[in-house]
Amino acid sequence: MSDATGANGPTEPTGTDEGGGADGRRVRVVLVDDHRMFRTGVQAEIGRTDVTGVEVVGEAADVDQAVTVITTTRPEVVLLDVHLPGGGGVEVLRRCAPLMSDAERPVRFLALSVSDAAEDVIGVIRGGARGYVTKTITGTDLVDSIFRVQDGDAVFSPRLAGFVLDAFASTDAAPVDEDLDRLTQREREVLRLIARGYAYKEIAKQLFISVKTVESHVSAVLRKLQLSNRHELTRWATARRLV
Amino acid sequence: MPEAAAPPIDDVRPLRKLYRSGDGRWLGGVARGLAGHLGLPVIWVRLIFVGLFTADGLGGLLYAAFWFFVPLGVGGVDAQRPPAAVTAETMPDGRRRLVARKPDKGQLVALLAMVVVAMVFVSNVDLDGSTKAYVVPTLLVAAGVALVWRQADNARRARWMAVGRRRRTLTIARSAAGVLLVGAGVSGIFVLQGSAAHLGAVLQASLAVLVGVALLAGPYLVRMMQDLSEERLMRIRAQERAEVAAHVHDSVLHTLTLIQRNAESASEVRRLARAQERDLRAWLYKPEGTGKDEDEEPDTLAEAVRRSAAEVEDKHGVPIEVVVVGDCPLDERLTAQMQAAREAMVNAAKYGGEGGAVQVFAEVEGETVFVSVRDRGPGFDLDSVPDDRMGVRESIIGRMQRNGGTARLRMVPGGGTEVELEMERTATT
Repeated sequence: MSDATGANGPTEPTGTDEGGGADGRRVRVVLVDDHRMFRTGVQAEIGRTDVTGVEVVGEAADVDQAVTVITTTRPEVVLLDVHLPGGGGVEVLRRCAPLMSDAERPVRFLALSVSDAAEDVIGVIRGGARGYVTKTITGTDLVDSIFRVQDGDAVFSPRLAGFVLDAFASTDAAPVDEDLDRLTQREREVLRLIARGYAYKEIAKQLFISVKTVESHVSAVLRKLQLSNRHELTRWATARRLV
Repeated sequence: MPEAAAPPIDDVRPLRKLYRSGDGRWLGGVARGLAGHLGLPVIWVRLIFVGLFTADGLGGLLYAAFWFFVPLGVGGVDAQRPPAAVTAETMPDGRRRLVARKPDKGQLVALLAMVVVAMVFVSNVDLDGSTKAYVVPTLLVAAGVALVWRQADNARRARWMAVGRRRRTLTIARSAAGVLLVGAGVSGIFVLQGSAAHLGAVLQASLAVLVGVALLAGPYLVRMMQDLSEERLMRIRAQERAEVAAHVHDSVLHTLTLIQRNAESASEVRRLARAQERDLRAWLYKPEGTGKDEDEEPDTLAEAVRRSAAEVEDKHGVPIEVVVVGDCPLDERLTAQMQAAREAMVNAAKYGGEGGAVQVFAEVEGETVFVSVRDRGPGFDLDSVPDDRMGVRESIIGRMQRNGGTARLRMVPGGGTEVELEMERTATT
C-alpha cells in the first residue's frame, strides 16, 4: 500500500474532529469487491470497530450478491468496486436506486477502484455514488471518507477532480442548462485545489472559507455531475481535449 | 495532421513486392503501384499504358491483367508522402477518415489522353465492318468490369482504413451500374451474333440460368461467407488473447518474481510495484494506437508530465500522483517548463518524500499552462538556501523566467512545499 493521499489528505497528528470512533460515532458498511484479497485487506484495516467506528456488516463479490446483501443488511455506506462481474458497479447502483433515495435511512455509496478509465469513474458518479477514491488510499483516509459519505458529503480524490475538470472543460458546445452544465469559478477553484492534493481543511484556509463551505461546493459539483445532460459528459473521454 | 495510410516503413526492405497502390489511384492503382515499384514518375507509366492501348488495345489488356492479379496494397509512390489525391485526416480517436479526393493534374492529363486515344482507336482500328461492331459492346463490358472491380477494391480498402461509412446506396448503385454495363455489353454481343429477333429469348434464357445458379449456389455461398467471417473472428480473438498473455508474461510475471526476490527491501518492492502498475495502466487504458515506445520523445504535455513523474518516481522511490487536465502539443517554452517541473519533482521527492506521495497537477487552459508540484515534507525557505546551491534558483525559477514564464514557491498552510509554474504557450499558427 502506498501512501497516496486520499480525498482528505493525511490527517494531521494534532487530533482530528472526525473519523475513527473517537467521538463514539458508528457507521455500518458493506464491502462490494470481487477480489477476496482486497476485501480481506480493507476489513483488516478499517474493520476494528472499537478503534475506527466502522462496522463491516456484509461483503459481496458480484452484482446479484451485492444487491441481496445491501437490501438485507441496510448499511449506511457501501464501498463499491467499479468493476464487478454481472454489470459493474453501475448496475448495483441502478438496482439499489430506491434505497439511495430513502428518506429515513438512505444507503450511500462510495466508489473504490483501481481503474484509470475516466468514463468508468464518471459513470459510477452519474449512477449515484457520492464519491470516488483509488484503492491505494490509506486506511485512515478511507475511514475518514466513509464518515464523510455518511454525512451526505461528497468525497473527491485528486484523480476524480481532474476527470471532472476535464468533463466540464469549456467547449464551444452551448450548455443545455446554464445552471447545471457549467461550474462556477469557485467550484473550479475548489476542484483545482483537490486535484493539487489539498485536503479540505487546507482548501478552506487557502480560500478563506469554512470547511463546510468547501464541502457544499464539492456537493454542488457532484450534483451537477449527476444531473447535467451535457452530452460531452458521456462522450468526453473518447477524445482527449487537445487545445 | 494529414498523413498517408502507410505503415511505418523500415529502413531495410527485405523484398520489394509489387502492390497496387491503395492511395491516389485513378482506376485500379496499377500505374501508381508499378511506378513505385520501378521508381518512375506515375505520369510516365500512365502514358505508357495509354500508348500501348493503341497497339490493338494491348495496354487495356495488360492493365486489366495487372488489376486482376496484383494484390491491392500499400505500395507505389513514396508511401511516406501523402499523395495529393487523398488526404486522410486522423480523427481524435485515432481512426482515419478520407476527407476529400481531388484528382491531381497528372491524373487528369492521363484520363484525357486515354479518352482521346480510345476515340482514335475506335475510329481508326482497321477491322472489317462485322468485327468493328463488336468494339462498342466490348468497351461497355470493360467499363462495367472496371466499375465492379474498383468497387471491390474500395470495399477492401475501407476495411483497412476504417473509412467513415460511405452511404451503402452509393456502393450498391456503383456495383449495379457495373453489372448493368456488363450485361448491356454482353447482350450487345449476343444480339450482334444472332439478330434482334432472338434478343428476348436470349435474355429469358440467361435470366433463367442466372436464377438457377443463384438457387443452387446461393445457400452454399452464404454459408461459406458466414463460416469465413466466424473463422476470422476466432482468429482475431486468439490473437488478442495471445497478445494479452505475452504482455502479462513479459512484464507482470517478471515483476512479481523480482518482488519475491526483493521481499526484504520494502522500498525496492514499492518501487517495482509502482513501476509495474504504471506500465500496466498505460497498456490497459491508453486508447488504441497511441501506445508509444519508452524511448520515443513525448510530443504532448500530458505525456511529458507523466513521463517525467515516472522517471523521478523510479529514481527516488517516492510515489508521485499525477493529474492532468486538458492537453496540448509541446513547444519550446513548454519543454522548458517541463524541465523545470521535473526539477521540482526531484526536489519534492528528495526533500519532501517522507511526508507521503508527491502530487503533480498540470492544466492547459487556453493559452496558459499551469503546473503545480506539491509535497508534504518539512518545507524549506528559499532565502535560507546558500547562494552556491543553484538547484531551485537556476533550474526552476531562472529557467521559467528566461522563457517568459513565472515560478512561485510557497509554503502550504497544511505543511509541505508547493512549486507553481505558469507559462504562456508560444502563439500557434
